[in-house]
Amino acid sequence: MKLTRRDALVALGGLTAGVAVSGTTASVADVADDTETAAVGTEARVDAATAIAAVVYPSAVTAEREFVETFVFGRSEPRPGHFDGLASAIDDVEQFARARFGGPTASLSSRERRRLLDDIGAYAAHANPNGTSAERVRHYLVNDLLYALVTHPKGGELFGVPNPPGYPGGTERYQRGPTR
Amino acid sequence: MSTRSPGDRRPVADADVCIVGSGPAGALVADALAARGRRVTVLDAGERYSPRDRSRWAELWLRPDFDHNDFWLDDDRDAYSSSGEIFARLNDVRVKGVGGSSLLWNGNTPRLHERDFESVERDGTGVDWPIGYDDLRPYYAAAEREMGVSGEDDNPHGPPREEPFPMPGFPRSYSDRLFAEACDALGISMATQPKAIASEADGDRPACDGYGVCNACPVGAKYTAEQHVHRAEERGATVIDRAQVLELEHDERGERVTAAVYATPDGKTHRQEATTFVLAAGGIETPRLLLLSDSDVYPDGMANTSGAVGRYLMDHSEIEVHAVLEDEHTWQNNIGFVSSRSDQFYTPDEGVPGSFALVFHNTAGPTAGGFMQSKTAVQQLRTLAGNPDAETFEETVSDPFNSVRLGDDLFDDVDSAGTHGVGIRAVSEVLPRAENRVTLDESTTDNHGRPVPDVSLQYGDHERETLDYAEEVVRDVMDELGAEVTSVVDIDDSKLMGSHHIGTTRMGSDPQSSVVDADCRTHDLDNLWVASSSVFPTSGAVNPTLTIGALSLRVAEHVDSVLTG
Repeated sequence: MKLTRRDALVALGGLTAGVAVSGTTASVADVADDTETAAVGTEARVDAATAIAAVVYPSAVTAEREFVETFVFGRSEPRPGHFDGLASAIDDVEQFARARFGGPTASLSSRERRRLLDDIGAYAAHANPNGTSAERVRHYLVNDLLYALVTHPKGGELFGVPNPPGYPGGTERYQRGPTR
Repeated sequence: MSTRSPGDRRPVADADVCIVGSGPAGALVADALAARGRRVTVLDAGERYSPRDRSRWAELWLRPDFDHNDFWLDDDRDAYSSSGEIFARLNDVRVKGVGGSSLLWNGNTPRLHERDFESVERDGTGVDWPIGYDDLRPYYAAAEREMGVSGEDDNPHGPPREEPFPMPGFPRSYSDRLFAEACDALGISMATQPKAIASEADGDRPACDGYGVCNACPVGAKYTAEQHVHRAEERGATVIDRAQVLELEHDERGERVTAAVYATPDGKTHRQEATTFVLAAGGIETPRLLLLSDSDVYPDGMANTSGAVGRYLMDHSEIEVHAVLEDEHTWQNNIGFVSSRSDQFYTPDEGVPGSFALVFHNTAGPTAGGFMQSKTAVQQLRTLAGNPDAETFEETVSDPFNSVRLGDDLFDDVDSAGTHGVGIRAVSEVLPRAENRVTLDESTTDNHGRPVPDVSLQYGDHERETLDYAEEVVRDVMDELGAEVTSVVDIDDSKLMGSHHIGTTRMGSDPQSSVVDADCRTHDLDNLWVASSSVFPTSGAVNPTLTIGALSLRVAEHVDSVLTG
């Protein structure tokens, strides 16, 4: 399944605009008008983050570039300086990709991207915004992408939660029993 | 509407009322007095936020690699000590900011019961209030209207009500219905949990849309005191943020407070004079401010002739029982709040010392949503180190934010982590004990060189025996349900404690044993009131915020009548 820009806008509904959305088209349009990509979300960085999402996310989910751009770079900045940290982490990944594999992350195969993350140490690193390069990549890039995934129903369904915390899924679903 | 610029933190001239703190208590008092045409100033140590900030808080709340208090906490300003057996996780459960701790509360709004006001008379425990439930009853109804409480009048063991809740209650969850069958079989009643979360839209406040992150509700469906702060300002009140009150000054004879001395971010110190003063800074900072305001007249702290300031600290002691249903998936769609409770045991059974209430988990234990319950990675490692059983390990490794596996392996462990889980929490009253108290820790100082509060709290046989019995009841429910108990978070586990700070400026008729009178005015000073859970003589076994709201509306009436003369 694909994660699209619209998915990101629905997820961001209340998160950016301070209003409930419930996925209605009109409200999504309102959110779209209200959502801006952070200045650090350059084309190259969005490409790199999207390429990393492809190996961070299970293969059952494909995050379109617009989803990453809209959600990761368009959400409210959780802490001051977070987007700068994200940009720096992505730049570290890009620098490593060029030095180790000879090209930008987006040009690498899935296997090379996994190797890239592994060589950086992002799999085993403990997320730390002020830590080593590996710890910062984990906190800013990998976990930002995971946050976008696990707070969206399409990601939630992969671990059995179609209405995950952080998503405006309404107040009817919690009354239902198991759906699998 | 006040015309001051946001950065103008100078005192207000000719103020009728100065309120310290802008949480639910301070905000409600400010709004009610501003509505009566009083000139109101509110001072809050924390900063002012905008609705857009809520989405930031939601992410801080949901991600374990952030600290959920990161947006407000100032380590120097908010330092404290904890010297009791129960670790005071103060900065995890409060907020200093305009709106106070309501910015991160969960919105539970049950009323105290009649028994809580007269526990000596009824059960020979605790202390009686100088007012009864009937005195507070109309203010409870008013507080429910002000906070927009959702609920149903379906609690056979609840306190009497005079009118419906302002909004319909939230229906039972899937897991509630599982519990209901077992409770019915055992003759235990369940009732709708009252919530200050909008079940339907009300003016600018949207209905809950099920974000499942109530503590940091991103859309404002949950009540926060910002609502009354804004309305108070529209009615002419002045709310000054980042105004840290350092001490109170009084007149020569110690009969009246003359000024609140406060510091602002520009390094300046100001004096806010007023005709009356209301302390609404919560159950820790309120007694601390009084203790810091010592003088020749009050060598042990302002308004402390009784010696009770800081004493009789109470919380709610709790246990949590987790179980699994082996043959049935109990996993459900998540919602961020509890929708059912039981007050069946609020009047103690024969041989049981105290009151307790049951609340039924909606997240069904460590479901896949469990990783996003504000537990940081470091906290998870501590939990694992202290409790290295299979369930704890499973919970930890199934957190994708800490997973060493990504891609197709990301959720390998999540399925088995809690899909059969159920849970019940039992909440017990805590007795008022003089030795449980807030004092000044002279060895540690804050950003202005003032001693920080030291919180010392321990429980006794009353709480332990009450919760021992509660555990038996919960285990009976689990047995009836066919669930196998897998773990019990017991009374000694601090992670459940410390959310409510009660009793530290207790109300009473006797000036020798209490700090404030039945109107919440201090016995010692004629123009000083306290609006806070700190005035509760007993804790009850319910969340305190609605009672704080009811008392605050009552305080506003009294202050207004005194100002009128």
